[in-house]
Amino acid sequence: MQLLNIGKFILLRTLKFAILLFAVVLFSFILVSFSPVDPIQSYLGAEMMVVSEEQKERLAEYFGVDESKTQQFLNWLNMFLHGDLGTSLLYRQEVIAVIQERFLASFVLMAISWIISGIFGYALGVIAGMNKGTMIDKAIKSFCFILASTPAFWIGILLLIVFSLWLGWFPIGLSLPIGMLAEEVTVWDWLKHIILPALTLSIIGVSNITLHTRQKVMDVLESEFIRFARSKGEEGFRLFARHGLRNTLFPAISVHFASFGELFGGAILAEQVFSYPGLGQAIVQAGMNSDVPLLLGIVVFSTLFVFIGNLLADLLYYLIDVRMKNGETI
Amino acid sequence: MHVYELNHETQEELEKIQNNLLLEVKNLSLTIERFGKGWTRERLYVIRDFHLKIHHGEVVAIVGASGSGKSLLADAILGIHPKNSIVDGMIKYENELLTEKRRKRLRGNDILLIPQMTNALDPLMKVGKQVKTLMKQNNHQKAVKQIFQKVGLDPDVYDQIPSACSGGMIRKIFIAMALASEAKLIIADEPTNGLDYESIDEMLFQIKMLEKDNKGVIMITHDLEAAMKVADKIAVFYAGETVEVVDKKHLKKGGKFRHPYSRALWNALPQNGFIAIDSTQPSATEKLTGCSFAKQCPKATKKCKIEKPLLKEISHDEMVRCFYAGM
Amino acid sequence: MKNQYLSIDFDSTNYKRRILWKIIGLVCLFLLVALSGFWIGEEQIEANMGEKHLSPSLDHPFGTDWLGRDMFFRTLLGLHLSWKVGLFAAVISTVIALTLSLLSSINKFFDSLVTMLIDLFLSIPHLVALILIAFVLGGGVKGIVIGIAFTHWPSLTRVLRAEILQIKSSEYVHISKKLGKSRMWIIRHHYLPQLAPQLFVGFILLFPHAILHESAITFLGFGLSPEQPAIGIILSEAMKYLTMGMWWLVVFPGLSLFGMVVIFDALGNNLRKLLNPN
Repeated sequence: MQLLNIGKFILLRTLKFAILLFAVVLFSFILVSFSPVDPIQSYLGAEMMVVSEEQKERLAEYFGVDESKTQQFLNWLNMFLHGDLGTSLLYRQEVIAVIQERFLASFVLMAISWIISGIFGYALGVIAGMNKGTMIDKAIKSFCFILASTPAFWIGILLLIVFSLWLGWFPIGLSLPIGMLAEEVTVWDWLKHIILPALTLSIIGVSNITLHTRQKVMDVLESEFIRFARSKGEEGFRLFARHGLRNTLFPAISVHFASFGELFGGAILAEQVFSYPGLGQAIVQAGMNSDVPLLLGIVVFSTLFVFIGNLLADLLYYLIDVRMKNGETI
Repeated sequence: MHVYELNHETQEELEKIQNNLLLEVKNLSLTIERFGKGWTRERLYVIRDFHLKIHHGEVVAIVGASGSGKSLLADAILGIHPKNSIVDGMIKYENELLTEKRRKRLRGNDILLIPQMTNALDPLMKVGKQVKTLMKQNNHQKAVKQIFQKVGLDPDVYDQIPSACSGGMIRKIFIAMALASEAKLIIADEPTNGLDYESIDEMLFQIKMLEKDNKGVIMITHDLEAAMKVADKIAVFYAGETVEVVDKKHLKKGGKFRHPYSRALWNALPQNGFIAIDSTQPSATEKLTGCSFAKQCPKATKKCKIEKPLLKEISHDEMVRCFYAGM
Repeated sequence: MKNQYLSIDFDSTNYKRRILWKIIGLVCLFLLVALSGFWIGEEQIEANMGEKHLSPSLDHPFGTDWLGRDMFFRTLLGLHLSWKVGLFAAVISTVIALTLSLLSSINKFFDSLVTMLIDLFLSIPHLVALILIAFVLGGGVKGIVIGIAFTHWPSLTRVLRAEILQIKSSEYVHISKKLGKSRMWIIRHHYLPQLAPQLFVGFILLFPHAILHESAITFLGFGLSPEQPAIGIILSEAMKYLTMGMWWLVVFPGLSLFGMVVIFDALGNNLRKLLNPN
């Protein structure tokens, strides 16, 4: 019965998402189709001069340039529904394959940062909320407001200056050492290249979760059941561990899931600063080099990514809600 | 229950009463200091001069109008008052001064609060577990379920969380907590608030049950009628002060309340004529010089407005704060 | 008793007065930075090969770059661009938000349409949408302004929509309807005056986001040509010269941008306190 309901919930959400995704695709396609960029020119680049008219025509046919916009869209949608996002002009590779490879790198980066910023953000939020109005609270709050007003990529550059240039702990740029085969790369090499971007992304992510947790902790501490618990002699850390944790942790995780959009945006910037070869770098290059199929592919993919985050966030809330209504414990 | 022989107390009997004393509160005050806008400071005199005595196995009701800071009274005794408030006065527990350290040890062990709000249970924790944490002995679960039955709850409630319970059930759970704990003093904050007539009687019966367990019960309430039914003594609370403590035996013998405010409360009861009282109380921001009730009192004289009446002892357990008490 | 109220009243005007002073101070600070951009001519940021790679000094408070350009003036010009982009984007965003929120008040159909539109724009990461729009419009300040304007309206729209819903259910709107006033009349006389504070505060609070995103998108290399002094471009160029130890190329422009964001943030929050104490 429970499982059935959750299944229904997910199904409903996915259905809504399908409509949304269609709208995103349509919207992106309309945007791109009004773009002044000529796909043949961008595909050929400098070779434009040496290629014969005949070859150009064949390419035009391949890209469907001569067909109506509607037909082009239907073609593209048809391909899309068959899991074919086209071929990247830049990488001369299936868009799907590029995304797969690049996302793996980005995923590792984002996952590490998401977990670190989650843990630190929650901890800072709890500390601030439990010491409401004190110097610690004010310091943490100011820290968050400063972070929220700082350009994310600038934090990255500053970290680069301090840790790579001055201290020389990490290399500057490039995810993998030049001239090394992937198999030769040790875990340490890999770590050296991911630590700074991950740190940047973690720092950016802390502010939101901290401020949210702080507010939630303050609300919970002012609640009647905490007063009652205090009247029963519970206090300090034990009081929080027993009554505060569960009541603030799940909402915090939920909010953190809902921040996948910011996470993705932050990853684009962090990857650019540290030349980390992830999806963020790919979308920048796709945009700079007019690689329309790849750009559209990543737009769709990032929408899916954000959707999954929101779905998980809602699912968590839904589960808490259902359990509360049914009178079961978590 | 022991019976006082008020008329001819011997030294020995006095001592016995003294030894049986559970909690004694003298000159208790609670002032909240808060910042107004800018740099101004505001003082709220929520509790000004509160006195109370309670013995083992006794129910004392503190009766006062809603919103007169009665809940903070419980907080002050327990020492969980807000950080921006100052508590002054003397509190003795079992004839020993209640220091901060001792309070910490007693909270939840010797003294237990029954909260007013039904949202006082942790919304995400099983009800049974919340009761269980108060028990000292082993084999909790069985014992808790037995107590649940005793207060008229289904033992299956053990595994539920508070949102699945009705307000009435949660109040029974509070009683179960009081029974489960080894607390000698129970402070019940508005235990009858929001209950229908029938449930009130059930609740009062359960309070009696606690009393039979030789626990002292302080029942904070605005409901004089409920207080009359269950309490051995009634302390009337007005503008942060104890204005009167009366033994119910005095009332049973046909005696009247001695303080004009208590009489007004009494007269406001349906069965006594339903005479509405002017319920305005002096603002907590005011510093009072004369009698707090002077403005509303039909018997007030010039003296009442200038001089503050002290709490006079009438007999061993009864007190009144009025120059013209009982007239 | 009367005195007590008087004193509270006095206090609250005092409180408001202090906020007003803060706002005036912030506006002055902003004007100082913003207007200075108008006075800076080409000659101040001209390349001067004789003064390359200078670290900060009294002559060049933010140092000079690899072409000997004065970084202080380049940064000021960058900030000048930032607030102008912010202004255009915030105006367009606010207009979109107001239009859509009014549209959603017409009936259920339009309301769900607007909600769907909000969901649509929130489902693509901001920066991704920005890249897409900047790409499609083929760069330039225009692309950035439109990109930011079209990605920043959803949150304000939500706020305004909720506000309108509340006003809509109030007694005086019902009475006006019963009196046969037209929709436009109700919008002009009931909605707009009530929405004005929210709208204005929302407008100001759009600036910090717009400025941060402007710097991000120019940093990524979309839109503006490398000669144009935008903070993002200055910082991305500076990265090439990091190994030469020219830290000042990074630190001062970034700090200045941070300062500008903080000014707008503080301005918005103080205005909120002033106009709408809750």
